[in-house]
Amino acid sequence: MRQRSAWTVSLLLAASGQAHAALRVVATTPEYGSLATTIGGARVSVTTLAKPTEDPHFVDAKPSHIVTLNRADILIEGGADLEVGWLPPLLEGARNPRIQPGTPGHVRASEGVPLLDVPQSLDRSQGDLHAAGNPHFMMDPANAAIVARHVAAALCGSDADGCASYKENLAGFERTLDEKTKSWSAKLGPYRGTKIVTYHNTWKYFAARFGLETGVFLEPKPGIPPSPPHLANVIDTMQKDRIRVILVEPFQSRKTAEMVAEHTGARIVEVCQFPGGLGGGDADYVSLMDTVVERIARALAGP
Amino acid sequence: MNARDPENSRPAGRGRLRGAPALAGGLAVVFCLLGSIRPVPAADPEPSAQDDATAEDLRRRVDELERAIAELQEELRRLPGQGQQAAPAPAPVTLVSSASGKNYLNLSLDALVAAGASTEPDVEGLETGGHDPAQRGFTLQNVEVVFDGAVDPYFRAQANVAMQITPEGETNVELEEAFALSSSLPHSLQLKVGQYLTEFGRFNPTHPHTWDFLDQTLVNGRMFGPDGLRSVGARLSWLMPTPFYSEAFLSVQNAYGATLTSFGSAPGESPFGRPIEERQVGSLDDLLYTPRYAASFDVTDSQTVLGGVSAAIGPNGTGADGRTTIYGADAFWKWKPSTANKGFPFVKVQGEWMTRSYGATATLALPAQTYRDHGAYLQAVWGFRPMWTVGARYDTVGGDTGVDPADPAAESRRRVSADLTWFPTEYSKIRFQYSLDRRSVSEDAHSAWVQFEFLLGAHAAHKF
Repeated sequence: MRQRSAWTVSLLLAASGQAHAALRVVATTPEYGSLATTIGGARVSVTTLAKPTEDPHFVDAKPSHIVTLNRADILIEGGADLEVGWLPPLLEGARNPRIQPGTPGHVRASEGVPLLDVPQSLDRSQGDLHAAGNPHFMMDPANAAIVARHVAAALCGSDADGCASYKENLAGFERTLDEKTKSWSAKLGPYRGTKIVTYHNTWKYFAARFGLETGVFLEPKPGIPPSPPHLANVIDTMQKDRIRVILVEPFQSRKTAEMVAEHTGARIVEVCQFPGGLGGGDADYVSLMDTVVERIARALAGP
Repeated sequence: MNARDPENSRPAGRGRLRGAPALAGGLAVVFCLLGSIRPVPAADPEPSAQDDATAEDLRRRVDELERAIAELQEELRRLPGQGQQAAPAPAPVTLVSSASGKNYLNLSLDALVAAGASTEPDVEGLETGGHDPAQRGFTLQNVEVVFDGAVDPYFRAQANVAMQITPEGETNVELEEAFALSSSLPHSLQLKVGQYLTEFGRFNPTHPHTWDFLDQTLVNGRMFGPDGLRSVGARLSWLMPTPFYSEAFLSVQNAYGATLTSFGSAPGESPFGRPIEERQVGSLDDLLYTPRYAASFDVTDSQTVLGGVSAAIGPNGTGADGRTTIYGADAFWKWKPSTANKGFPFVKVQGEWMTRSYGATATLALPAQTYRDHGAYLQAVWGFRPMWTVGARYDTVGGDTGVDPADPAAESRRRVSADLTWFPTEYSKIRFQYSLDRRSVSEDAHSAWVQFEFLLGAHAAHKF
């Protein structure tokens, strides 16, 4: 009997605790997590599934993620197939009606974002194309602003009491983005039209925003590992077009980039799409962009 | 050069503007403006200060217009009749694509072809799986068509149809799985209904193209026959409210038929040399019950363990009192560093153990008898560089032999296998495998195989 009343008390405590607990937001990748933290502030607790240094196409569908998603109030995913290799079984295992696709708790970040590289036809002989378009759209701050609005709307939908604070944080974030975009544009302005080499087609939106040009990739086709003949072509192109900078992300093969750099004298710049992936000075979206812009500008400036 | 070329942008709700002529008009004006004031060409080699200023000014205006577009899009979405989901521009209806949520039905076709040889001429006797190499030379192991998609907001469904060509050249078609899975039951419950591979252990519920070796494990062959334990029924699972992953399953299925080796079986089979009689479900005792519990922990950021215990309890086909019980335990460990490229490198170790008690009913010729046997496998796979893996596996089965002590179907066996796999992409693979088989009744066998896989269509995501 005593045991039962103890149970009841702890259950009541758990229930009342839940009523006041922070809104549980789960982000598939860290840049969405960062936006949720910025906009949600102290009213939300944010968990990110993918690690910032990890290849976002190949995250393990670990059972612990199922538990995280089972208890989530809101899920933020890219919505452009980047997570298609691991999110579906997690959502299936999580059996959480609050975050099933099509519900207000399921935020598809790419909604309303004009996606680039939408394939005309789906043909895997062209590599692993994303049917919905290039999913690495968050590297354009204008798109981050669109996603931030989705996040604020979803938070307001789940927590009406906090809506005013979410809207205020959103406005603050938009102001910061506006100012920062000006300073980022100014930093990269002198290099307008400059070509850069990237490992995967991750930096298309960034380049489009700041007037750089991508198009030469270490991968011969999306998702296909670099091959010697392709790298020889890349080296040729780089020498012909005087391309001086190669962007590499934490999970991509630095060795391959070094080999190409050796033959071309290009600089390797370590960048990342995800806050926290550079191991310092990149704790949130804005500081990550600060760091990335700074590093690229410094490399483009030359010795 | 700007991300907002009108040709590229696909505003939400385009093509659904009937209810919003004013907004549509506004959007059109914005697009015209955007089209007329493109920023200066990017290729300008040395922009003057004045150009820069103009460009900066234009960029600012473009930014403003973008924001206006985004606001209009938001507004459009909020109009009555516009769902939360943005409606993409009308596109031809396609059944098949990898875009999640863009089609009603995902369709894929996966084919496995094996070639090779063994010192054992009776390959079908050597390999226990229905989708293992069946003869020296070539075997079309499995061509599997998978349909899956959301039924409605409450269910998801999947069907796997497998085809193969027998050594006699006949095409076999079997419906391996066809089930619906609930997505919105309360209290973290989940229901599965239909024909499905029973969730017993780690290996049984999987399909051949996800295996780490090109044949099935000996213990699964011994306990669950060539096609795995599968039947029509229903399964309820509960994701428990523990801080770590912890899930309890209970499956109830029909216990009679060709895919229920160890249980009802089918007439013509003779486990432990005992004849099988035809039976039907008469009471709840005639169903197969499979409880399972699984738990998982992230040991570190880069290491995860997953373990489980299962039991399968049901009638067998030897007569009215024939009962079979199988217990199993399984464990899985994976290491993958947090800077893995395409999921490599990694190391995973997996093991499973089972023990069976097969209670045969007395017949005119044979007394009632309980046969006990057991088996296990342990395997390790190392993804040593992107798209390459090596693996090693140890298999063992043994125990009571049945009516005829020399029956090769019940002999003790130990097998070691090693394989090397190259994945050109996630959609194809080439695997080399060697196995040495030591058997108590039959002779030792050396086998070497090469396997090729190709996959068309949607690639189902991998479970952990």
